[in-house]
Amino acid sequence: MEKVYDKVSFTSKTSPTGYCPGCGHGTAHKLFASALEHFNLRDKTVLIYPVGCGGLAMPWINVNVIGAAHGRAGAIATAIKRTNPDNFVISYQGDGDLAAIGTAETIHAANRGENITVIFINNANFGMTGGQMAPTTMLGQTATTAQSGRSLEEHGAPLRMAEMIATLDAPKYVARFALHDAKNILKAQQGIMKAVELQVKGEGYSFVELLSMCPTNWKKSPADCAAYMDEAVLKAFPLGVFKDVK
Amino acid sequence: MSKEFIKGNEAIAEAAVRAGCRFFAGYPITPQNEVPEYLSARLPEVGGHFIQGESEIASVYMVFGVAATGIRSMTSSSGPGFALKAEGISFLAGGQIPAVLVNVSRGGPAIGTIEPAQQDYFSAVHAPAPGGFRCFVLAPQNVQEAADFVYEAFDIADKYRTPVYVLADGMIGNMMEVVELPKMRDLADLPSNDSWRFNKYNDDGTARILSTYMPMGELMQNKNKEMAAMYETWEKEEQRWEEYMIDDAEYIVTAYGSSARIAKSAVKELRAEGIKVGLIRAITLYPFPKDAFDKLDYTKVKKMFCAEMSIPGQYIYDVQNAVLGRSEIIPIQTSGGVIMETDMVVAAVKENL
Amino acid sequence: MEKSVLIAGFGGQGVMSIGKMLGYAASDAGKYASFYPSYGAEQRGGTANCTVIISDEEIGSPAVSKLDMLIAMNQPSFDKFAKKVKKGGSIIVNSSLVTSKVEDPDIEAVYVDANDIANDLGSPKVANIVILGAYIGLSGALSEEDGKAIIKKMLGGKADLLEMNYQAFDKGIQAVK
Ligand SMILES: Cc1ncc(C[n+]2csc(CCOP(=O)(O)OP(=O)(O)O)c2C)c(N)n1
Ligand code: SF4
Ligand SMILES: [Mg+2]
Repeated sequence: MEKVYDKVSFTSKTSPTGYCPGCGHGTAHKLFASALEHFNLRDKTVLIYPVGCGGLAMPWINVNVIGAAHGRAGAIATAIKRTNPDNFVISYQGDGDLAAIGTAETIHAANRGENITVIFINNANFGMTGGQMAPTTMLGQTATTAQSGRSLEEHGAPLRMAEMIATLDAPKYVARFALHDAKNILKAQQGIMKAVELQVKGEGYSFVELLSMCPTNWKKSPADCAAYMDEAVLKAFPLGVFKDVK
Repeated sequence: MSKEFIKGNEAIAEAAVRAGCRFFAGYPITPQNEVPEYLSARLPEVGGHFIQGESEIASVYMVFGVAATGIRSMTSSSGPGFALKAEGISFLAGGQIPAVLVNVSRGGPAIGTIEPAQQDYFSAVHAPAPGGFRCFVLAPQNVQEAADFVYEAFDIADKYRTPVYVLADGMIGNMMEVVELPKMRDLADLPSNDSWRFNKYNDDGTARILSTYMPMGELMQNKNKEMAAMYETWEKEEQRWEEYMIDDAEYIVTAYGSSARIAKSAVKELRAEGIKVGLIRAITLYPFPKDAFDKLDYTKVKKMFCAEMSIPGQYIYDVQNAVLGRSEIIPIQTSGGVIMETDMVVAAVKENL
Repeated sequence: MEKSVLIAGFGGQGVMSIGKMLGYAASDAGKYASFYPSYGAEQRGGTANCTVIISDEEIGSPAVSKLDMLIAMNQPSFDKFAKKVKKGGSIIVNSSLVTSKVEDPDIEAVYVDANDIANDLGSPKVANIVILGAYIGLSGALSEEDGKAIIKKMLGGKADLLEMNYQAFDKGIQAVK
């Protein structure tokens, strides 16, 4: 994967991405940056950034950015793409952003079938604010606002956004990948390529969920996080392509 | 009573529990995260409930619902979250529902910074949302007051059936100080709300309806007149402020919250150099302590200084409105998370002697 | 007297725990105390700092601009904060990790090989307790008894660990004598 990333011409060679070691956001950025490079989209791109750790790589990514208010990226991306169809509009959002405060905007942009690409980073917690429970926190997983673990009775089951969005009529491509090892990263890269290409061809809405490690708030080393992904995260959030309209 | 060394956000949370708060809903945001985090574990211990809402909007309406049933309820957030709670606060005020709101504020506008600032003054004091209502607004300057004011806020809220807004900032929320926490209230001692809570029928069997929809203009006007009368009572009876060394003062610094404790240090330094300076610290921001400024002898006051961590200034508008041109007022301001420094206040006063 | 100290280092060097221990100790000793940490995104870069003020009277700003004392646990902290120390103030330099010297003749410099001392005692983790001792020895803001009492209260646990922490504390005090 490092090779793919090396090929990206526009990302910063001097600024770091700004993420903690082992954080999935760094990998996800490298993947979508290389997809932009592959389709030669950098100069057309408007990246809609979330409020959350996702937005920390602003100096690194070096493409035009419009920072959304927390959760509002779906609305902002919709309207920019409608009025500027030549722009490549990609929203990049965390699970608090996309699946808690921004659920309405997320669902409605998907349901309208906007010609945008949504990259959804599911790290099973609110990373930036210090590890609170997210809609995607898994049953039994502890969080600073669910100190004895998420419980089905009190908090409900984790939201599976990709599956939910796949039930809508309009979306063209909906898939979930993981970012914890080389094999999975390669698949994620292919999925992101596909999602980007759909927009380029004007075919409509795509949604790529990426299961991502947050070593800082999971309070685990990157290696332990990778093991936890296989043990727990992938079980709660099965990988796969949920919708692929030809 | 024993003293504890405790973090502001936790003191706020514990004081709420001791005041009889049994419901909290909120959504994560720095610099107030320890309030919900603490209450998520603490409220169930006392038979209360904590819910992390899916947004600030959901959270404030959870509080609206629960408070309407007469249970002491609180929400907290910081500027961006308060923007989203605004509509719900208008519903609390319009529905005359007592609730406590704590803003641990940070730099803005928009996402701004997470560092301490006083840039939510207007939104707290003048216009949280549409309709021209007011909240009763208290501004603590340290962790002790944060705990005390939150505790008392529940009583004020019940007394007037109003939302009470505690405007703190990231410094107060995140620092630890030595605090004497208020005593645990017995829920049985809290004032009865049977006369109005909306999950009880009237004694004659008629239903209670909580609706802020008033299709007839006159009804709405009457309601607003009632509210205005209440605000007038607050302005007459509830103004609070602190005076420090103002008896012989030729120069007066005024500030509130965190910048007031910084200004007080500056006043002490200037006094040590023999400069006759004093401090007026607003404690209630609404009702604004106009009387503190009215009773000054302006023949003695040479200049006034208004210190706040907001650019453009906001508190200064209310100060000007109270001073009414009787003295020049020199602004001392920082913003965006730059903490005011004692030296800055000292220098501003010395430059203007 | 109001005494301020800024403690700065990498996350994981126990900077916040030294600060809190000082605050708890001052509180137990019946003094006013404030502890103001850097928070949120600032910590993501892997650095941490806090300001502690101990006083006999009400405390003004908890985040003062001119420090009575700095504890620099690593080089970046020294580089960033040394200039904030008042004339007549002092800097405790963790010379195990900081190579710079204090150049201002109006600032008292004390060099403590905290990590080396801790390693000699058999636990790299007690470096922050060495520094706690150095601070108490140098500042006089709290007594040695106050320091030991707070170590016992907060790090009590196992007897051998407590003993090691006491030793680290004593070494810290000796280092500034
Ligand atoms: C209206 C509003 N509410 C709350 C916040 C505080 N906030 C900042 S980031 C964030 C969530 C971060 O979680 P997530 O979206 O999962 O992103 P991550 O950091 O985990 O990638 C929150 C709640 C805010 N900035 N604005
Ligand atoms: S806190 Fe978690 S999500 Fe945020 S940068 Fe660190 S590892 Fe990544
Ligand atoms: Mg997240």
